[in-house]
Amino acid sequence: MAAPPILPANARKAPSASVGRSGAVAWMALPALAMFLLFGIVPLAGVLLLSFTQWDGLGEINPAGLSNWRSVLSDPALPHTVWVTFEIMILSWAVQTPLSLLLGTFLAGRQRYRALLAVLYFIPLLLSSTAIAITYKALLDPNFGLGPGLHLDFLTQDWLGNGNLALGVVVFVVSWQFIPFHSLIYQGGVRQIPTTMYEAASIDGAGRIRQFFSITVPQLKYTIITSSTLMVVGSLTFFDLIFVLTAGGPGDATRVLALDMYKRGFQANLMGPASMIAVLLVLLGLALALLLRRLGGSTTASQQEGA
Amino acid sequence: MDPMTTSRRTFLRLTAGGVAAAGLAACGTSGPQSSGSGTGGAATGGATYWFLTGQPQQAIREAQVKRFNDANSGSQIKSTEFQNDAFKQKIKTAIGAGEGPTLIWGWGGGGLKSYVDANQVEDLTSWFGENAALKESIFPSAFGAATVNGKIYAMPVETTTPIVLYYNKRAFEKVGAQPPQSWGDIMDLVPKFNDQNIAPFSLGGQSRWTNMMWLEFLFDRIGGSEVFQNIFDGKANGWSDPSALQALDEMQKLIKANGFIKGFSSITADSNADQALLYTGKAAMMLHGAWTYGSMKADGKDFVTGGHLGYMNFPPVDGGKGDPTDTVGNPGQYLSISSKASQAEKDTAKKFLASNTLDDASIDAWVKSGNIPVVKSAKDKLASITDKNDAEWLKFIYDTSANAKSFAQSWDQALPPTQAETLLDNIAKLFQLSISPQQFADSMNAVIGK
Repeated sequence: MAAPPILPANARKAPSASVGRSGAVAWMALPALAMFLLFGIVPLAGVLLLSFTQWDGLGEINPAGLSNWRSVLSDPALPHTVWVTFEIMILSWAVQTPLSLLLGTFLAGRQRYRALLAVLYFIPLLLSSTAIAITYKALLDPNFGLGPGLHLDFLTQDWLGNGNLALGVVVFVVSWQFIPFHSLIYQGGVRQIPTTMYEAASIDGAGRIRQFFSITVPQLKYTIITSSTLMVVGSLTFFDLIFVLTAGGPGDATRVLALDMYKRGFQANLMGPASMIAVLLVLLGLALALLLRRLGGSTTASQQEGA
Repeated sequence: MDPMTTSRRTFLRLTAGGVAAAGLAACGTSGPQSSGSGTGGAATGGATYWFLTGQPQQAIREAQVKRFNDANSGSQIKSTEFQNDAFKQKIKTAIGAGEGPTLIWGWGGGGLKSYVDANQVEDLTSWFGENAALKESIFPSAFGAATVNGKIYAMPVETTTPIVLYYNKRAFEKVGAQPPQSWGDIMDLVPKFNDQNIAPFSLGGQSRWTNMMWLEFLFDRIGGSEVFQNIFDGKANGWSDPSALQALDEMQKLIKANGFIKGFSSITADSNADQALLYTGKAAMMLHGAWTYGSMKADGKDFVTGGHLGYMNFPPVDGGKGDPTDTVGNPGQYLSISSKASQAEKDTAKKFLASNTLDDASIDAWVKSGNIPVVKSAKDKLASITDKNDAEWLKFIYDTSANAKSFAQSWDQALPPTQAETLLDNIAKLFQLSISPQQFADSMNAVIGK
């Protein structure tokens, strides 16, 4: 985490050499910068401009001033969409974080069978979201799915046809897909914790559970923030999974902002309002990422030094 | 090399997704591509053609392209296939990005009008003037959805597919009931089937246009074809016509009475699960397009071949004003030519339209697959069908289409895309019982004329 202090130190001692070196470093950053400008900033500016226009995706683009912003912000369906987005974000965070933390800690052990389990457990992450969605859709089908096939009544629910159940299924599938990834992050984090801490705690008489809450969790503070940022900001862009699984339905029960943007833009041919929602998503993502950074404190010291 | 790079670029542009991609695409159209040839393979005069997957239609389209390519070694057609619901968005996005195919497959109506308004498709009026015999051979009613502002922008091809009420004869024998003769009969049948653990109706509700077919018929049977015509013509408050409100109310009554299969709102039509429910006997009836006959015949074991499939036009509603011969659906499928294509590509596409879409081999293939092609000569072909079930089916579809006093186009195809999307959205909510008929009418009235 701590930035290598070599460059500034050199700069003070030998200014002539530093010009050459930092110049070379700047050149090396150019390809990445160019890609970022081309695929990050330019489309973003394009979307911002489009949000002030009227365009059906086919004909001419006409300036529309603030009318898109006004019409979307006063759309009675928007609060519901934002609410569903946050609901899925918070629920999937609340399900994923404790489970990945526990699994990560478990997998950090060095036993052979744990390595095997870790590999098996990694499999959902290798599948594409669309494949996962199609599979779950088939398994949860109320007439031809797993429940009716095995004659299990508790599995024979209208999983994707009831608003609350559908939301629960989305959260479950998202968690099933991403818990392996976050477990991996936590596994790495736990392995960074010096074993001396645990040895000292054992000598002081702390049990497993006490060690977990007093050493593992506090030591993983920054890992938790990193993983939470990925979950929260990532959940703003859930699209493929929900699109294939429920298409935002039943009704609009699982219509998240990203899906709303797609439907307005590409199904209703309203590129202006869709771009406005895209801008909204960018702003939301930035705000959430900043907020989570603040929560982590402004210090850049490594967690071991902080402890 | 050229077609390869084009298709990959198209693919990337389509899958990159998000409005960001559309933003880039917008830069593309105002840039170098406005010079003319947007589609690939311009050097050889080869045209591109995108169409839908799904048998038996897919195989017939593939055979048409193959016959053309075999006969014209100099100018080939390169085809790409898409699933129905995915195609609807891809084709729009690609055309907007100047990357659309030379031959644009579609349903005519509001979608075609949006292409015409954006100058994306060729005016074919004079071409039909030169090919008067071809024009004469096609059902006149099929040209309605191909005509915008008095000019023809698409050629009706393929088949006329009304929506019909299918039923499983075995399910009716099991409960000892007769097929419904009226809307009242339908409501009476619902508890009878539910008591035997058979769903009265199958429905692929997640696709939304599947629910819409019900409203199309109820509006027509209760208020007559002019109720939707008024909406289509942009008459203010067309959706809150008393007949419309009554139709919406009847619809919700059927849903509340458990008229549809449990979990219908999570079933998609693209997976054909709704058809499977009917032929496996889990559901007794299904309102669906004539295009599903072929796949039920292929997938349903002895369901069609054993004579267990019944069908009829949607029954009248007691006291309704609609003509019971009226039908709704797709009067045809349509092929337009991209105005952005090069002259050589356009020539290839026109040659394909004239010689390979409604030629004898195509007409034979359509009739054999259980479809009525959009040509008048289809009737003569019916006598050649030896399979008793197919012959009866084809006669029914021919009569339904030919005798209909009004053959209304599917609403989501007839209306402009913006209205259509709001409509489908509200229909899904109406079927979910999360909005009332009045709320439905209010939301829809707000977008009339948009």
